[in-house]
Amino acid sequence: MQQAGLLYVDGADTRVWDRATKHSGMEHPWADEVTEKATAAPEQLGVLTPPQWLSRPLRYRQASPLWSDLLPLATVHPKTGGCSCMTEAAEGGGLEQQADAVLTNEKTVISAIGITKTFPGVVANDQVTLRVRRGEVHALLGENGSGKSTLCKILTGLYRPDAGILAVDGRPVAFHSPRHAYDYGVFMVQQHFSLVERLTVAENVVLGMAHAGFRRRGRAARNEAIAAAGKLLHLEVDPSRYIWQLSVGERQRVEILKALYRGARILILDEPTTVLTPQECDQLFVTLRALASRGTAIIFISHKLREVLSVSDRVTVLRKGATVATLDVREQNLSPQHLAYLMVGRDVVLSTRADSASRRTGSPVLSVESVTSENEYGRDVVKDVSFTVGSGEIVGLAGVAGNGQRELAEIITGLRGRTAGLVRVGDRVLKSASPGDAIRAGVAYVPEDRFGTGLVPDLTVADNLILKQFQNREFSRWTVINAEAVASWSDRCITDFDIRGTRRTAVRQLSGGNAQKVLLARELSSGPRALVVASPTRGLDVAATDAVRKLLIKATGAGVGILLISEDLDEVLELADRVLVMFRGAVMGTVDRREADRETIGLMMAGTARDR
Amino acid sequence: MIRLERRSGVSLAFRVAVPCAAFVVALLVIAILLVASGSNPVSTYQSMVSAAFTSSGGFSATLVNATPLVLTGLCATVAFRLEIYNIGGEGQLYMGAMGATAAGLALGHMPGFVIILGMVLAGAAAGAAWALIPALLRAYLGTNEIMTSLMLNYVAGLFITYLIFDSASYWRNLSSAAGKVYPTGKTIPLAGSWPNLGVSGVNIPLGFIIGVGLALCSSWVLRRTTLGYRIRVAAGSHAAARYGGIRLSRLIVIVMVVSGLLAGLAGASEVGGVAHLLDPTGLQQAQYGYAGIVVAALAGFEPVGVIVSGLLLGAIASAGTQLAGIAFPVGLVGTMEGIVLFAVVSTAIFVNYRVRWTTKSTSAPAGAPSAEEVGPPPTAPSNTVTVPVLNREI
Repeated sequence: MQQAGLLYVDGADTRVWDRATKHSGMEHPWADEVTEKATAAPEQLGVLTPPQWLSRPLRYRQASPLWSDLLPLATVHPKTGGCSCMTEAAEGGGLEQQADAVLTNEKTVISAIGITKTFPGVVANDQVTLRVRRGEVHALLGENGSGKSTLCKILTGLYRPDAGILAVDGRPVAFHSPRHAYDYGVFMVQQHFSLVERLTVAENVVLGMAHAGFRRRGRAARNEAIAAAGKLLHLEVDPSRYIWQLSVGERQRVEILKALYRGARILILDEPTTVLTPQECDQLFVTLRALASRGTAIIFISHKLREVLSVSDRVTVLRKGATVATLDVREQNLSPQHLAYLMVGRDVVLSTRADSASRRTGSPVLSVESVTSENEYGRDVVKDVSFTVGSGEIVGLAGVAGNGQRELAEIITGLRGRTAGLVRVGDRVLKSASPGDAIRAGVAYVPEDRFGTGLVPDLTVADNLILKQFQNREFSRWTVINAEAVASWSDRCITDFDIRGTRRTAVRQLSGGNAQKVLLARELSSGPRALVVASPTRGLDVAATDAVRKLLIKATGAGVGILLISEDLDEVLELADRVLVMFRGAVMGTVDRREADRETIGLMMAGTARDR
Repeated sequence: MIRLERRSGVSLAFRVAVPCAAFVVALLVIAILLVASGSNPVSTYQSMVSAAFTSSGGFSATLVNATPLVLTGLCATVAFRLEIYNIGGEGQLYMGAMGATAAGLALGHMPGFVIILGMVLAGAAAGAAWALIPALLRAYLGTNEIMTSLMLNYVAGLFITYLIFDSASYWRNLSSAAGKVYPTGKTIPLAGSWPNLGVSGVNIPLGFIIGVGLALCSSWVLRRTTLGYRIRVAAGSHAAARYGGIRLSRLIVIVMVVSGLLAGLAGASEVGGVAHLLDPTGLQQAQYGYAGIVVAALAGFEPVGVIVSGLLLGAIASAGTQLAGIAFPVGLVGTMEGIVLFAVVSTAIFVNYRVRWTTKSTSAPAGAPSAEEVGPPPTAPSNTVTVPVLNREI
């Protein structure tokens, strides 16, 4: 029988435990209860669950549109009343057999069943179920806040679940620390690497292991062993190089090698592609496939559909803390639209630039002329950058994170000084390193760091809304703030920009999307000429992303020139009229949107200048 | 297991109630100490209240004690609100005293109100000038203001000692033979002594009135003016302040200078209201500058609260001096201040966080299974797993 994609519904097939223990010869921890339930009348049964789970009412999610689509395929289990939806393989046997197959299947290495985790006021995971087989790349897909990272923190022992079971190799485990998870071979590669820059690759790989062998004598042998392991695992890096000499992609390879060298069988990668160029991503995917074919189970966290479809075998979709579905990527011919639909719960159509009708670029509002700037250590972080942004135009600035985009934004907005070059807004040349001057000249800025730079989290919405205008006569006279004017103006902003909150709410309490709206409300309502936005939709859900995109497009209609800095290439391609690509502080070239393709831009992101 | 959860909206009444409750708890703890030292806590508290408030002249003495504390408390509050840690209130107070004395001596022949006005201005200016040194270092060179302002306290202390003890300075009394042998400061003419406002038998010192006025004023400035707004933004996030076009360096200098000005006024009021001469030993023993940080912390860095906490510490001090010796160990005053401070400051967290007791699971996990072990799973997942972590924010 073919292992088809199974859709696990809520905690329905928790009787898996029965199976698990039967096959492993273990005593069922709730053997008595289970038998007792099993002899009861089916309609009284509900679902066979361990008693601890029953202490909270089992909820069946109401039929959502998604569900109704699938209902014809669903089978209601005769004995348990649990609902398990099966696809093609349903005819291959009853649910019992299916569950048997899953559990006797040697392949399942780690499973999380009915995991629930609550934080004060938030249910981060609500009876989430995830099963990962040996030798598969299993994508964990969900929007920000859907509970992906909570689940991974549970899988790696950072959090303990409030309810639910973790099992490795069919045996239940209760991780009490990441170290404990590591003993079972569960490793996580964080977005921010945990490597010591001043040590070599080899030293990092063995750091913290028993008999790490930092002594001179074993060094050559150790380096050789690591080099050999790297070759075997398609993770080639020179073990004697220092981490600080490596590129981000190479560092990631070291991080993965480190995990595998220590015996990782289950590898969790948290959004591994955000720091990579498209080419580096492809290379990572090749590595992952190779590792999977050697039997490593890989959990790949992402919210990028394209990547999920290209690299993974199966995908588990989470939405609002609950498992929506586990699907087989290959057999079901999944489309990105379908995955997006599962992830968001409705059809996703994000506003793109093509939607907006008017497209006329006016006179330049922002021109950057041969700007150079160095960092605290005297190294050039922005090198001889020149470009213009016309009125009503969106210019995208693409590049791998940390290639000077942020510094360039800071130079334009006066937060950072420039060592050479000019920044002009209209005809006015901005003073170097004077944020006040940039604000007065009409440069608005939506920084990447929303809470902290763009907003003051502990202050109220009203206080945050006046940050750039509190000295205007409208809001203060003779240094005394006019509280009524501030109140009425902020109420107007709250209605105009659809901010969910009152003017007295502390910004800290707002969701990411609402906070971003407060930021945009302030920046756009000051009537700017140029707007610099950095990663404006990062961490936002789909509705908020769309709202932000709409606001940006609307602003161009009013003649604002926008410089859009984003690491999300899709976003840049969907919104920008022209795309600049930055690499190591320099602009590698400009691509018109109509002729932009990911391949060229990817090469430019990796440092290949474009022939002009 | 204990968990802390963030409260969403905190009312003013609650913010006042928490320190009050902490104060009551502190009184109970002190009562235990009193019993241990062999005195009756009830009668001790009664005599303390009478000594500090109800006896004739008691409240006046409390106000005299509270005056420098309110002013140095404001000094600390203003700076700490911007998260600039001006520990130099002590030295700024010395310099204020020095400046005020100089003005009092120089204007000795003038009418009283001119002398007093001169003392107020000179004291404030001297304190502000002394604070300007760490302020400029911090604002433009990034030097740690905690270290510089603290070190300057010693410089100021030694400087005023030098003025009186080791030099024939303008401040030193050299006119009498005794003054040459036992160094003291020159006394300011009687016309220059600061008046008290008598209200139904209680003498309110001019310095205290100035302190209360400035407390109300700084509270208003913090809430209602652009300067206060800048301070709130910068305290919330330096990055956001820069981003909003607020010049941090200038703001730091302004706030430090105001802070030093307040400490300088405390020095001036000590000279004008109490000593009438520059008394380095007395000032250095009193340590009003450091006590001001305690006052500010007790008040939760609220200017209006500083009046209350200044009065409280002033009352404990004046009751202590009057009761010392009878049934009251001398060291107890400091202990009481310490306990009150500890109770109030350590409970400040309950203003913004709520404590939740989570029940321990009945079947405690007996340890997780190791990889090699095959056997019954020893851990039944319990529906409440307590997390020994403070979930402050998700």
